[in-house]
Amino acid sequence: MSVPSIQLLVNALVAPASLHGLGMAEWDLLIRQARNSDLLARVAAGCLAEGLGEQIPPQPKMHLESAATLVMRQERELRWEVAQIRDALASTGVPIVLLKGSAYVMAGLAAARGRMMSDVDILVPRDSLAAVESALMMKGWVSAAQSAYDQRYYRTWMHELPPMRHFKRGTIIDVHHAILPMSGRLHPSSEKLLSAAKPIGGNDGVKALAPVDMVLHSATHLFHEGDLERGMRGLVDIDGLLRELGRQDGFWQALVPRAIELELVRPLFYALRYTALMLATPVPEATMSEVRGSPGAPRFGPVVSFMDALFLRALRPNHASTSDIWTPLARWLLYLRGHWLRMPPRLLLIHLVRKTLTRKPRDAARAA
Amino acid sequence: MAEGIATLYSEYEVLPDHDAFADFHVAVVPGRRLPRPLCVFEMDGLRPFTPLASDEAFAFLEWGMNWCVTGYCHTLLTIHSAVLERDGRALIMPAPPGSGKSTLCAALALHGWRLLSDEMTLLDTKTGMVVPAVRPVSLKNASIEIIRQLAPAQEFGPIAYDTMKGTVAHMRAPSASVARSDEVSSPAWVVFPRYDAHASTSLVARGKATSLMQLAENCFNQNVHGRSGFHALAELVDRCGCYDFSYGLLDEAIEVLTNLPVPQ
Repeated sequence: MSVPSIQLLVNALVAPASLHGLGMAEWDLLIRQARNSDLLARVAAGCLAEGLGEQIPPQPKMHLESAATLVMRQERELRWEVAQIRDALASTGVPIVLLKGSAYVMAGLAAARGRMMSDVDILVPRDSLAAVESALMMKGWVSAAQSAYDQRYYRTWMHELPPMRHFKRGTIIDVHHAILPMSGRLHPSSEKLLSAAKPIGGNDGVKALAPVDMVLHSATHLFHEGDLERGMRGLVDIDGLLRELGRQDGFWQALVPRAIELELVRPLFYALRYTALMLATPVPEATMSEVRGSPGAPRFGPVVSFMDALFLRALRPNHASTSDIWTPLARWLLYLRGHWLRMPPRLLLIHLVRKTLTRKPRDAARAA
Repeated sequence: MAEGIATLYSEYEVLPDHDAFADFHVAVVPGRRLPRPLCVFEMDGLRPFTPLASDEAFAFLEWGMNWCVTGYCHTLLTIHSAVLERDGRALIMPAPPGSGKSTLCAALALHGWRLLSDEMTLLDTKTGMVVPAVRPVSLKNASIEIIRQLAPAQEFGPIAYDTMKGTVAHMRAPSASVARSDEVSSPAWVVFPRYDAHASTSLVARGKATSLMQLAENCFNQNVHGRSGFHALAELVDRCGCYDFSYGLLDEAIEVLTNLPVPQ
């Protein structure tokens, strides 16, 4: 029952020098696995940093350069977009705390290297939501959720406003007031997260979460999410953060106590376990046993083994070469788990029935 | 599908079983059987499009492959246009659907021009050269019959009726073009064609600035290349003769385009 190896991709991500002398068939597989998991530009960035450019055969190199070009463009657009958001919200006086990819880029973290990006996510105090929303509307962002039900779904149960799309640029901003849904089981305090947020150097009025909180949010995002299609990328984010932020004084000592304080021990447990198991992330033994013994961590060995069986499959690239016959079941069970964590069963049932009944046929294919 | 590939790709290189690199792993596989059979385009397990009727399978494969190039090949600028070469000079014809671009492209390819692509110009921004992507020429509706009459011996792939583009068939790329598919070419002309059954043939020089804007509008990934993409397109129109071209008769069109003045 062993799952196919992902050593080729892992080596490309954490030790690009190992790509030296790869055969064409291996390049073929690597490009496919990396592309499917949205990590092609990440692999490209690693190769570049390692100075491998000349040694990569032209065919795979074209694909790496293509992905790198796209990410470079996304990064430029992101910086512009963040400046627009800052200007739009200046009058509200609400500090902008960037989350995820946009925070990594603006803070110049290694986790941003070659990271594909789409939306900007920000975190604001709940009582500022109305002011933030109307300030964004004044500058051209429009709520993208169409139906009244979707609006209610977001506003009553979720941790964010319905996504807002800029009417001209088409860019999307997700305005969060918490990092987990209100209808969910865990309620990490947004006040604590916001008050610990740190200004990002050289960007007046723009902040990112404190280092430990950044890791906890990234872990929470990945391990409360039901759709792990891009799970590997989420894991690579956490790995990048741990490797870089872990070098700061006091990081490892603060990590687990903060997770306990924010009720986020379980997602942290999984994050540390699976980055170490899959990406050989250097997690100190002391931190590992500290998190294992903390309230909220899974108590029973069989539970951990079962979750291993699920996550070690679903976190791999969603590709035929990295899946076995159990992978679809693992993905499905984690999908259910994601919903389970999001809403109590009764509410979930009503929501799913409603969604199924009102589902629109997908847009017609636009292949040309 | 097999028939289409056998007819239209018989002269293409087949990758060895071992130690080979393919840019994309694509397939069109059977989808739902009822109420009518469908087929699905797959790139490496990814299904970017909704299924189509199964008799459109071959056309679907061609469209899917176009999508791979426009979606994933950002080392090049991709411009929605036909492109051909003669005596080392490339003719780029950007145009919206219905302008007769593909018909013109097929006709030129059958009259001494080397086909580079009927669908997209791949421009290397570093060298300013056009990279060929030689594939069958996609023809629609009445064009199919027109080209068949022009070259009765030319082979076609399966005909797909009632697609979202109407009736579609692919014409086999001329052997000489396939054989030289590694040879890049230097752009010399940018011509915006317009088919009008009642029009007399007219070739009118077009301003560089509006040509640049029109070209940019037809570019799939100019935004990805940002400033360098804009400069590459500007350099392209600077170097090329730019024209508006309307035609009603294919023979006259071929004649005029084959005698385009060589830019200084």
